[in-house]
Amino acid sequence: MASINIKLNDQKIAQLQAICKEFNNDKGELINVLHKAQHLFGYLPAEVQEVIAKELNTSVAHVYGVVSFYSFFTMTPKGEYPISICMGTACYVRGAEKVLDEFKRILKVKVGETTGDGKFSLSCLRCVGACGLAPVVMVGEKVYGRVAPDGVKDILDEYLKQ
Amino acid sequence: MATFKMHLLVCGGTGCRASESENLFHNLRTGIIQKGLENDVQVLTTGCFGFCEKGPIVKVLPDNTFYTMVKPEDAGEIIEEHIIKGRKVQRLLYVNPLTSEKVEDSKHMGFYRKQLRIALRNCGFIDPENIDEYIARDGYAALGTCLTEMTPEQVIELMKKSGLRGRGGGGFPTGLKWEITRASKADQKYVVCNADEGDPGAFMDRSILEGDPHSVIEAMAICGYCIEATKGLVYIRAEYPLAIERLKIAIKQAREYGLLGKDILGTGFDFDIELRYGAGAFVCGEETALIHSMEGFRGEPTVKPPFPSVSGYNGKPTNVNNVETFANVPVIINRGAEWFASIGTEKSKGTKVFALAGKINNVGLIEVPMGITLREVIYEIGGGIKEGKKFKAVQTGGPSGGCLTEKHLDTPIDYDNLIAAGSMMGSGGMIVMDEDDCMVSIAKFYLDFTVEESCGKCAPCRIGNKRLNEILEKICKGEGSMEDIALLRNLSNVVKDTSLCGLGQTSPNPVLSTLDNFYDEYLAHVNERKCPSGQCKALLQYWIEPENCVGCTACARNCPVNAIAGERKGVHIIDQATCIKCGACMEKCKFNAVFIK
Ligand SMILES: Cc1cc2nc3c(=O)[nH]c(=O)nc-3n(C[C@H](O)[C@H](O)[C@H](O)COP(=O)(O)O)c2cc1C
Ligand code: SF4
Ligand code: FES
Repeated sequence: MASINIKLNDQKIAQLQAICKEFNNDKGELINVLHKAQHLFGYLPAEVQEVIAKELNTSVAHVYGVVSFYSFFTMTPKGEYPISICMGTACYVRGAEKVLDEFKRILKVKVGETTGDGKFSLSCLRCVGACGLAPVVMVGEKVYGRVAPDGVKDILDEYLKQ
Repeated sequence: MATFKMHLLVCGGTGCRASESENLFHNLRTGIIQKGLENDVQVLTTGCFGFCEKGPIVKVLPDNTFYTMVKPEDAGEIIEEHIIKGRKVQRLLYVNPLTSEKVEDSKHMGFYRKQLRIALRNCGFIDPENIDEYIARDGYAALGTCLTEMTPEQVIELMKKSGLRGRGGGGFPTGLKWEITRASKADQKYVVCNADEGDPGAFMDRSILEGDPHSVIEAMAICGYCIEATKGLVYIRAEYPLAIERLKIAIKQAREYGLLGKDILGTGFDFDIELRYGAGAFVCGEETALIHSMEGFRGEPTVKPPFPSVSGYNGKPTNVNNVETFANVPVIINRGAEWFASIGTEKSKGTKVFALAGKINNVGLIEVPMGITLREVIYEIGGGIKEGKKFKAVQTGGPSGGCLTEKHLDTPIDYDNLIAAGSMMGSGGMIVMDEDDCMVSIAKFYLDFTVEESCGKCAPCRIGNKRLNEILEKICKGEGSMEDIALLRNLSNVVKDTSLCGLGQTSPNPVLSTLDNFYDEYLAHVNERKCPSGQCKALLQYWIEPENCVGCTACARNCPVNAIAGERKGVHIIDQATCIKCGACMEKCKFNAVFIK
């Protein structure tokens, strides 16, 4: 079910089990458990889902069904600097698509992909609530407002230097 | 706010934080302490002032000075000049774009004059992380009144008389919903606050939770008292970290003050609130889907009835209300049903918060009485269209809504009028579009959204919307026919009539409404293979007018794919095969030499 195989070491498994326990191993809390697990691992590979299914006493199919339903959960690791372009309506009418095109062109990746060197990943999100600054781009937690296509390179350079 | 002589309010909303308002706050605070003024001047972070376009905002009380676009390094000057010497920092004052005059008192700003703030009454006035400030502005008085002086029936009667209707989109009368949930007998019932705010481009609920979380908590407790529930749940988007944080702080403080938990105010009433997180699915805003999501399942809707008021979370009666709906409740109790019912139109009482965005001068959060016209909102509050362009349409109701045009500018805004005009109130997104926006592309934009967000449970929505989207794509590429337009309308109606939940039942609205109001644009795409607003890439080419080109090389230097050839001081030419139609050359040309064909 996933292309990436990681082997979980005992310590990670113990951490996962602790998370499940925090929520009383209640399968009604699955989404909360997944949020915490994704926070811990950065993404939710198959192995993690298997452990969670076992701990919450439910099927892997149920866990996978939930993970694949919600766009917040991902089964592939993000880049070192995850880039999100706001595609909310306010940003769209102020030219977010052109900004996205420029990111795609420079990074040579599609939405949902990560660059070969693992540095950047590209995704879209809907309204960060800073519509006054549209179009908005987020790199990690940092918000960039009023981004024009010709400002894209400057943003990327900031991270390439690091 | 007892002993301070002056207050410096710094906006801590998401928009202003993105432009360094946290550092600004820090600089003001340390500056005030350095000058030894900390007992006279209070510096505090508040929720959103609504005027996001010109953030970060600093407001000075009591003189109502409104500073815009303040940078962290401006802190020293504000303290030195304004606080100490009493001279307003002129260069930071808001300038009225129409008269170019500096506005000394925010009461005179067009943006605020027409507004009436009920749900947002505390946003921008209090520190959302301090319960005492909420209490100082009558906070939790309504809860006290309900618990000690009124029976649940009386509270429900009052809510019914006020005429408050749900602000989450549907507009169902809130008092009636409470009454139905109260009438459902069960050993456990739940109060749920819908804070999923999925409409892209809307941020009302988020601003309320960030700016005044206690008003929602208080109202949930009142609702719990009315319907006999002891548990409340807030379903909030995981994408709203700041709102989550503030809500957590508020819940903790309310518990410490005995306003949540066991035996509230010594009345024997128990009520507590927990948070549940969404995970990025628009359909989870629909109440049955939301409940399934809270139970740990995929957020797929189920057929109503049974309504959540009868069978909801864990099969128990559940009262679901929107954030803004809740935020209105305490004021209604404090000031009375008659007062609230005196505001608004015959069937829509009170106010509505809108997130005004798009091609408008004053992007931001506004709260207006129901019945205000679109013209007042756009030209008086919104300050008109950006760059003096021509108004084309306003989209309300997000992906479920439609467009309002020139001819609707003087229609009073309320639930029923918007529906009659082919749109809907929705949760409050209001996106303004100008002459440069292609309405076929806008319809496609919303359909892209729906296709991605459809849960896939029922065929009309899953397959029908996909088909609609494909047809729109064809039209945008200039490959559409008249049959396609007829099919669009037909299929839209089928999807509307046969989908299971509100998402599918409303998703074709953007298509139908643009077909009704902008049929000419569809015809131009199909018959002339042209996009009148020059947005559909496949239908346009960039050319340079040799007459106007002075050979400044600005276009060639800015073209990301080097598609432009030409010598300095010579006429430039765009190679159509290489051009990716990004429009950079047109933006950079100062001589209007680049045009779209
Ligand atoms: C597709 C869809 C999305 C919805 N999204 C939201 C939302 O984001 N926030 C909200 O409060 N209500 C949303 N609703 C409406 C809810 O189902 C529900 O009617 C509302 O929360 C009830 O609260 P109210 O009566 O206070 O408005 C949505 C409905 C549908 C069909
Ligand atoms: S209408 Fe769409 S979102 Fe609603 S149940 Fe059907 S497929 Fe799911
Ligand atoms: S639409 Fe992009 S921040 Fe709101």
